[in-house]
Amino acid sequence: MRFGYFDHAAAAPLLPEAKEAMMPFLGDEFGNPVSLHHFGDKPRAAVEGARAQVAALVNSRPDDIVFTASASESNNLAVKGLALSRKAKGRNIVVSAIEHVSVLEPLKSLGVYGFDITEVPVDADGTVHPDKLAAAIKTDTILVSVMHANYEVGTIQKVKELAAVAHRFRIPFHSDGTAAVGRIPVDVVGLDVDAYTFPAMSVYGPKGAAALYLKRGTRLQPLIEGGFQEKNRRAGTEDVAAIAGFGSAAAVTKSRLPEWSESMTRLAQRIFKELPEKLEHIIFTGSMSSRIPGHVSVVVEFVEGEAMLLSLDDEGIAAASGSSCSAKTLKASHVLLAMGLPHTKAQSSLVLTMGKDSTDEDVSHFLDKLPPITRRLRQMSPLYARLQKGEDPYAVKPGEACEDEQEHETDER
Amino acid sequence: MYSEKVMEHFRNPRNVGEIENADGVGEIGNPTCGDMMTFYVKIENGILTDVKFKTFGCGAAIAVSSMVSEMAKGKTIEEAMKISNADVAKELGGLPPNKLHCSNLGADALHKAIEQHLAKKPATGEKGCHCPFCDAPVEGSSICAPCKNQGRK
Repeated sequence: MRFGYFDHAAAAPLLPEAKEAMMPFLGDEFGNPVSLHHFGDKPRAAVEGARAQVAALVNSRPDDIVFTASASESNNLAVKGLALSRKAKGRNIVVSAIEHVSVLEPLKSLGVYGFDITEVPVDADGTVHPDKLAAAIKTDTILVSVMHANYEVGTIQKVKELAAVAHRFRIPFHSDGTAAVGRIPVDVVGLDVDAYTFPAMSVYGPKGAAALYLKRGTRLQPLIEGGFQEKNRRAGTEDVAAIAGFGSAAAVTKSRLPEWSESMTRLAQRIFKELPEKLEHIIFTGSMSSRIPGHVSVVVEFVEGEAMLLSLDDEGIAAASGSSCSAKTLKASHVLLAMGLPHTKAQSSLVLTMGKDSTDEDVSHFLDKLPPITRRLRQMSPLYARLQKGEDPYAVKPGEACEDEQEHETDER
Repeated sequence: MYSEKVMEHFRNPRNVGEIENADGVGEIGNPTCGDMMTFYVKIENGILTDVKFKTFGCGAAIAVSSMVSEMAKGKTIEEAMKISNADVAKELGGLPPNKLHCSNLGADALHKAIEQHLAKKPATGEKGCHCPFCDAPVEGSSICAPCKNQGRK
């Protein structure tokens, strides 16, 4: 069976160089980087070497990189840590409506300390406009967080302009770069962000390591206390192997990014061009002009996302969806809903994230298999049957809207 | 995630389609919830001689529809009305806890189609969305009060 892996946003294969860099620290070099005796020497050197490599990837100083265990942890540390360190100045935090849950949920938790969140709306492409951000900032706003690129619809934000808006109000700006790093060049100095999240996995490094760039002089309350690691910003013995792998992966990615990006862009373009020739009633989502390489998000109308994923998996194709049935929370993607897509269409989303090793054969295989899978599922679909009878496929009888949608409508008012 | 039986019914669903001049049609769910099932029944001398369905939904929803149609075909009205969500889930070799509501949708849609034939009132308890974990009607919040979305009543 042909293998078509289109879920790099969930997990990416480990670079052989990264694996090699990790191996000593899973074997003889088991020492603790903080130890004074010689068992600590190589692990310490590995962590500091990796810090320099990871810093170079995003044009940061090594001292400004804090290692964490995951992008979720980096996001938690950034938004909670910055907010708590600035609570004397105010309690409002401004974020985009399409942030990852690892930004949104920790901020909701801060509600118990009296913090409140303002969500900046996005346009139909999933773009946050700087004027909308400026309008959302209040006198007691102490932090702004807007992701660099959206994992689900691929849209790249104007981070430099958005950071400039925050700085005009003397407010620090955090950006979640998980979907951007490893796909586009990132320069944290050029973007002028105060904090920036990215995981090893975005550069084909291991799970278990991630970074938070923190601009020199940015105050942050640590979340994990009780040790002086990471300059008192994150206690706990470092996962030396994962960090060493992250460093190596960052160095390889930095040197090969142009070539990889070009390949991923070309493959995605093939799908944008060829899929509509093979399948009708599809809607591509996200910005077409400002988009990360190798990312395709599409609504395949009248079929449900999880059913598509299971059928694609039967053909060896791995993809993702923002439908409520495929989500553990059983809620439709807040990203698609924030972009104004109705629940009915969000249920039919399909997300493909390619990687450096994705090939034309993968894309051809996907283009061959999705149309028959869709036809099969549409033959079963009462929505498609309505369409064929000339009725409104998405008609909902009064009083039958989902609870989750009613909430959403209330939010918009 | 799903049992082999569920996947088998998902891959090869039985009785997909519509019945022209059906004796009863039952529709449950709606497109916004992510699940919608329409069941069609043909009834002769109190026996379900044909059952067909169309379903918009996840793998479990499609497998449940297929299983319900298979279980109901050839049964008397009385027997078909007794098919419960638990029976359907059992026949499928179990369903993940957050997909149990799909089995209710299938049984409800079948019952609704039969009830339409019997010209009774619509099935009681059928309204919008239910908690996906324990199937209690969800009110006020998407967190289910009885089980807090943990599958406990």
